[in-house]
Amino acid sequence: MAIEVVMPQMGQSVAEGTVIQWLKQEGERVEKDEALLTINTDKIDVEIPSPGAGTVSRIFVRDGETVPVGTPLATIDAVEPERPLTGTPAPAPPVEAARVSEETTHWYSPAVLALAEQQGLKPSDLKKIRKTGRGDRLTKQDILAYLEQRETGAAPRAGDEVIPFTPMRRAIAEHMVRSKQTAPHATAIIEVDMTAIAEFREREKVAFAERWSSPLTFLPFIIQATASALKGNPWLNAWAQGDRTVLKREINIGIAVALAEGLIVPVLKRADGLRLAEIAQQSDDLVRRVREKRITPMEVQEGTFTVNNLGASGILLATPIIVQPQTGILGIGAVTRRPIVVGDDVTIRSMAYFCLSFDHRVIDGTVAGQFLQELKAGLEGFNPPRT
Amino acid sequence: MAEMTYLEAIRQALWEEMDQDDRVFLLGEDIGTYGGAFKITQGFLDKFGEDRVIDTPLAESGFVGAAIGAALVGMRPVVEMQFADFISCAFDQIVNMAAKHHYRLGEPVPMVIRAPYGGRLHAGPFHSQCPEAWFIHSPGLKVVAPATPYDAKGLLKASIRDLNPVIYCEHKYLYRHAKGEVPIDDYVLPLGEADIKREGTDIALITYGAMVQQALEAADEMSQQGIEVEVVDLRTLCPLDTDAILASVKKTGKVLIVHEAPQVCGIGAEIAGVIAQEAFHYLDAPVTRLAAPHTPVPFSPPLEDFYLPNATKIAAKLKDLASY
Repeated sequence: MAIEVVMPQMGQSVAEGTVIQWLKQEGERVEKDEALLTINTDKIDVEIPSPGAGTVSRIFVRDGETVPVGTPLATIDAVEPERPLTGTPAPAPPVEAARVSEETTHWYSPAVLALAEQQGLKPSDLKKIRKTGRGDRLTKQDILAYLEQRETGAAPRAGDEVIPFTPMRRAIAEHMVRSKQTAPHATAIIEVDMTAIAEFREREKVAFAERWSSPLTFLPFIIQATASALKGNPWLNAWAQGDRTVLKREINIGIAVALAEGLIVPVLKRADGLRLAEIAQQSDDLVRRVREKRITPMEVQEGTFTVNNLGASGILLATPIIVQPQTGILGIGAVTRRPIVVGDDVTIRSMAYFCLSFDHRVIDGTVAGQFLQELKAGLEGFNPPRT
Repeated sequence: MAEMTYLEAIRQALWEEMDQDDRVFLLGEDIGTYGGAFKITQGFLDKFGEDRVIDTPLAESGFVGAAIGAALVGMRPVVEMQFADFISCAFDQIVNMAAKHHYRLGEPVPMVIRAPYGGRLHAGPFHSQCPEAWFIHSPGLKVVAPATPYDAKGLLKASIRDLNPVIYCEHKYLYRHAKGEVPIDDYVLPLGEADIKREGTDIALITYGAMVQQALEAADEMSQQGIEVEVVDLRTLCPLDTDAILASVKKTGKVLIVHEAPQVCGIGAEIAGVIAQEAFHYLDAPVTRLAAPHTPVPFSPPLEDFYLPNATKIAAKLKDLASY
């Protein structure tokens, strides 16, 4: 009996997945629940366990290919139920003809060859062109894209290094383009005096880290104040869907985490119901697991608003791109000590710029301003919690 | 122009041709008093009389032979097969007499055999077949298979006026499922010319008959994913419009051929052969076919659904080709 392995649905919003690597090859034995392959959806790598025990008979989707959810990936010839022992050995399984799969990589279709000749492209040129066909095949469209790029002078020259996008970069690229094309972004910036929080943090950080086993950074304060400001401004805790807006009941705050390979945004669920220490612990846990690549697809979904802490890179201001389908994203600049006029005096305060990019289809500057004012008031009027 | 069904368009073509040309007359089983199994010739007996609307015995070979004789003495007979499936009873008359007479003796045989064909009506193995390939394979015949009311009327009138024997394949599912704007006055469409039912740049989808609707539906779905499919409706299967086929293949580099008849030795095989020979250097993917399996048409509705190509199956093949 053959068992079919299909691209799984990893969370509601995911429509496709990329095969990163087969851990078992055709002809290899696999046990039930043993890791069969790794896939990538929404930028997260997940190991897929085998749905049954048997021999991997056919692999349809090769490493690096992206297919819709539900697409057959492989078949496994299930182990026959135990058969009574007899003197004769079981017949050898029929030898499956190897799937014609290596055909594609070092093989050019007639259309590709004819076009290459017509355009005077040498085999060495063809090797440089980005391939998008199945099994890494060079398609006619790839050559046309290359030619178009060459005409605009963007083709790599000798000595340049050409690095194809990884699945993660592709996902980021696709999302960024889609977000910019979908939502007209506008960015509003407000200056926040973080002195009270900075002083509290300086005073408490050692004790806090000991008691809660997580560092006391600026982030939990910002998330707490953001969640509170979102409560009063539901249009920023919303999803834009076509010609309607869905005001989300839950406040789930995405936290942008930069990795060498790209950006991942784990989501702190129901942030408005959490105490400062809980926010610190949970966000620390999410960020750590992103870095260790142990985050699950469910944990990067359902975000209703996103914060992006720019301070670690020393950035003062930025105009962040919205995570679709959310309506706002907050970029927080570095907290720096600056001379500030207070009353009639110039004093040194710990200041930061809070940059809100919002979807101008859904809200206008007034709502953005109102949200930023509330956020500012929450942070500047910080009352130390009784710990 | 008026909106009408495929069935009404065929009926109008027959009526108009009979009205304006005394040489045109009808033969078939139950076409007179009963008005035909599908009621296409209802009212014809009253209007044109029993000399021109002839109820025949259940003897296909006999009445096709009679039609050939009439054509040879200057008449324009239009024969109705009650179901295309029964056309095999007249096979010898069609492929040995009608198809070869002009070649042997220099006398044309201007006649039309209307063949209500195709499945999707849960009518079982004797009332659902697609016999077109048998006749394409017999030199001397023309084979026509329209997909829309507009094409059905224009092509039937052209078939009746043509000097060759024409097998006119009218799809039974389309009789009442295809509607469209049709001129209420006289017009003919040329035999042997395909029609691009939808322009596209990425994949050429070559088909005809009831599969055109399904192809257009699948092409709409693909368009939402950014894949533009060109739907080529052959309209005439013999002579085949190879120019239109090759132009579409050269434009796109990928081909899907769809028909409802079994895949083995179907018209798709011929089209694939022409493409391989004439457009090899333009191909960017294997020429792909989607057709019925090599079995009789099943009676059971779920089995028939499984058997016949449809929009969902076409879309799956298109996705596969797009990603190749």
